[in-house]
Amino acid sequence: MADQDIKRAVQDIECPVFEQPAFTTPPPLEEATVAIVTSASLHHPDQDDFAPKDTTYRVLDASRRDYLVGHWSPNFDTAGVAADLNVVFPLDRLDELAAQGRIGKVADQHLAFAGNQFDLAQIRMDGGPAGAAFLKEQGVDVVLLTPV
Amino acid sequence: MATVALGSIRQQMIGTAPPRGLACDFPLGRPIGKPNDAEFQHKVLAHAFSMLKRTEPGVEDFPESIPDEGTEMLVCPLPPRHDPDAHPAVDEARGLRVAYDRAIEKYGNRVGAGRAISADDVPSAIESFIRISEGTPWKEAQVPGVPARVAQDIRGYYETAALAIVDHTPAAWAGLRWFRDATQTGKVIRAAQQAMKDADVRRDLWLFLLPMDSMQD
Repeated sequence: MADQDIKRAVQDIECPVFEQPAFTTPPPLEEATVAIVTSASLHHPDQDDFAPKDTTYRVLDASRRDYLVGHWSPNFDTAGVAADLNVVFPLDRLDELAAQGRIGKVADQHLAFAGNQFDLAQIRMDGGPAGAAFLKEQGVDVVLLTPV
Repeated sequence: MATVALGSIRQQMIGTAPPRGLACDFPLGRPIGKPNDAEFQHKVLAHAFSMLKRTEPGVEDFPESIPDEGTEMLVCPLPPRHDPDAHPAVDEARGLRVAYDRAIEKYGNRVGAGRAISADDVPSAIESFIRISEGTPWKEAQVPGVPARVAQDIRGYYETAALAIVDHTPAAWAGLRWFRDATQTGKVIRAAQQAMKDADVRRDLWLFLLPMDSMQD
């Protein structure tokens, strides 16, 4: 079985439909504060690991590079992120873009959720809005979502 | 806040209809595409951020795919037998410890041991799966945690150790195929998974020991 086969096996899982996506026009990227929200279940070693049906998030400190992948699913390649954090969580790339003036600022804090979700209601009504409010309080203008 | 979502499974991205979505046909677990390739990663980010100029919701396709044919396996030497009294899988895991420590020093620990068991505990955790594969009921096999989580730490221990042995970043899934199909411990985990299935153990307790394509039938 190949990567494409695993994708085919899950691609028809019914997705929630949002009739009115929250489409927002950000400030120019050169002035924007950019954060990453990943579903790779990343967490710092001193934070709680993700539980099997965890709908909460972890706040990731952009000044650190010690991250564990707390994902419960075995259905993804792990060697890539073992060799290079940026293939999941491109903090170094954002730092380079900020140094070049192509983005205004890299947020000081980013978020990680667990990608293996079972009950979307909780994350839609609780963890998701709480994470968005947290980022908004940090002055984040643009969020890059990276899936695992 | 404006969002740009990267997506590895195009049909799901179309289904969820995010405000701005970039469908990237990259292997699962590598949403930015290529590890240790800053130029490629910047191309992905440049495309994603260019979508901030859109004036209406939409999904775009990143023009390059990274296909996986399902056959590439990492070529990585394994330690020779050292302790004839130890099970081959346990002996093998002990023999990889120096490489594991070297990899942790170079890359940090992101997927290696540490979530359910420490690196020191890997050999004894493998022994628990040996017991299951030999017929011991899993609840009596002394697995030091949730079986799937322990198995993930063992897989991570091996794939992390391999990084210090080979001289390149493995292609997607190549490290997993090496662990699962070429190592003694991979064979033990597969056998334990089969034994749990055959014993009618609850499905979720054995299904996640390895990726979904690992069962023979």
